[in-house]
Amino acid sequence: MKISREDVIRVAELAHLELSPQEIDLYRGQLDEILTYIGKLEELDLTSVEPMAQVLLKQENDEHPELRDDVLSPCNVAPAILAQAPDAAPPFFRVPKVIDR
Amino acid sequence: MSAAAPWTIASVRAALQARKISARELASDFYARIDKRDPELNAFLTLSPERAFAQADRVDAAVTRGEGLPPLAGVPIAVKDVISTKGIRTTCGSKILEHYIPPYDATAVERLEEAGAVILGKTNCDEFAMGSSNENSAYGPVRNPIAPDRVPGGSSGGSAAAVAGGLAVVALGTDTGGSIRQPGAYCGIPALMPTYGRVSRYGLIAFASSLDRIGPFATTPDDAAAVMSIIAGGDENDSTSAPVPVGDYAAEIAKPIEGVRIGVPEDYFGEGLDSEVREKVQAGIALLERLGCRRIPLHMPHTDYAIATYYIIATAEASSNLARYDGVRYGVRVPGATLAEMYRKTRERGFGAEVKRRIMLGTYALSAGYYDAYYLRAQKVRSLIARDFSDAFQKVDAIVTPTTPTPAFRLGEKTADPLQMYLADIYTVTGSLAGVPGISIPTGKTKAGLPVGMQIFGRHFAEGPVLQLAHAFERAGGFSL
Repeated sequence: MKISREDVIRVAELAHLELSPQEIDLYRGQLDEILTYIGKLEELDLTSVEPMAQVLLKQENDEHPELRDDVLSPCNVAPAILAQAPDAAPPFFRVPKVIDR
Repeated sequence: MSAAAPWTIASVRAALQARKISARELASDFYARIDKRDPELNAFLTLSPERAFAQADRVDAAVTRGEGLPPLAGVPIAVKDVISTKGIRTTCGSKILEHYIPPYDATAVERLEEAGAVILGKTNCDEFAMGSSNENSAYGPVRNPIAPDRVPGGSSGGSAAAVAGGLAVVALGTDTGGSIRQPGAYCGIPALMPTYGRVSRYGLIAFASSLDRIGPFATTPDDAAAVMSIIAGGDENDSTSAPVPVGDYAAEIAKPIEGVRIGVPEDYFGEGLDSEVREKVQAGIALLERLGCRRIPLHMPHTDYAIATYYIIATAEASSNLARYDGVRYGVRVPGATLAEMYRKTRERGFGAEVKRRIMLGTYALSAGYYDAYYLRAQKVRSLIARDFSDAFQKVDAIVTPTTPTPAFRLGEKTADPLQMYLADIYTVTGSLAGVPGISIPTGKTKAGLPVGMQIFGRHFAEGPVLQLAHAFERAGGFSL
């Protein structure tokens, strides 16, 4: 078994997901099957392999440096964004109290 | 026009210039088709007639004034609902964004509209583009227009169904592990995943940022090429977009394909491949040979590890990207006594089962104690898969494979078994991980009448040569082999 019920509960907490007891059991079984399948990656010898941190090959990136000057430009979408908010008190988003005194 | 001769970008242009139809009439005609057919297909989630007719009127005014028309003038298009459209609801197929209205356009949308295209509406998809059948949409599944008891594929199922069903001339989809090519194969139309970074992701609502790409569905390779000419190219709003010059795809596409070396990897023709799919793809490869291509056998040894690698990397990135849906700034909020409770209730109510499953898998793969065993290992195997491609492209100019192991499956057939659903992407995720471009084109149908897709991969930024093969194949009658 790759993943226990306790693992599922811990991961759900990390991911801010509230799962019902039935969901915990369902996901445990499904994730276990998926992780078992993923276990096939252990067959490979990866000692001299670098992780692929960038999608395009190095030489392609070297010709086209990714960094450019940091230039300020106006971005006037705040009112439109706040208009989408479930509970806005412009210029703020309102949320339940975080700190108790 | 009859179903046998669907509108193309060229035929729209000719009809507008000859004043046989106005852009407004054409848009109305497409909305009438949608009214008639979409109650069955469920390809569209939101229609945008106000914006479409305003754009059509601008095109008609230009025609009246005798002005030159921009390249996509009056062309009715559909846009997958994970791509932002200013003022038009964009749900990502999720309850959590049920009422979300983006304050800006994605770069690809902006460029298409500047080129004269008419946006009919937003298409259905698997929730946050996570799925291979379109059955993970919070707004109901899409039906395959060729065989309505079957899925259209996913996650861009609505875009594929809209084009294949004659409800749009072209459509934008997105591909993370196969979400353009697989529905293209299932619905029997050309569907192109460009090179990573070729098309700006600005305004594409992120699923897995190192994999996500925007690309076109069309009824011909020429139309896919015409759309690519507009949407490709660097964008200062996406630092991963590549400032590599964009080719003249329309000119490149007509070049002869004699002497092109096509690699056929044995690894894509093994166990699990449906016999009729194998037969049709082999017939497609034989046609390319008759057209002058040289067939070269290949071995790509890490192909079999691609699904495992993909489902670690994609879910890890997704778990991070989807952390933003917390009920604070946009989307649905479910109240809670504390901030943490509000997050949990909002995400519980707002996300569907597959999205939760992938967030869980990705969170697990990135969590303390498991990072090296899963995420780091997968990133290393990703290097090996990319190397399989770069090694192959030393010997060949293109790689030809089946797009999918089977034709479109029935609605409900795989929903209970997530791993079986993931395996539907077995031939497409390789190119996703390697960052190369790939197109799926039809290569005939099975005896039961289901479309079969043939996939062509090219080198990084070699969309032109890929489209060129697709074009020659189509002209030689390959689509109805």
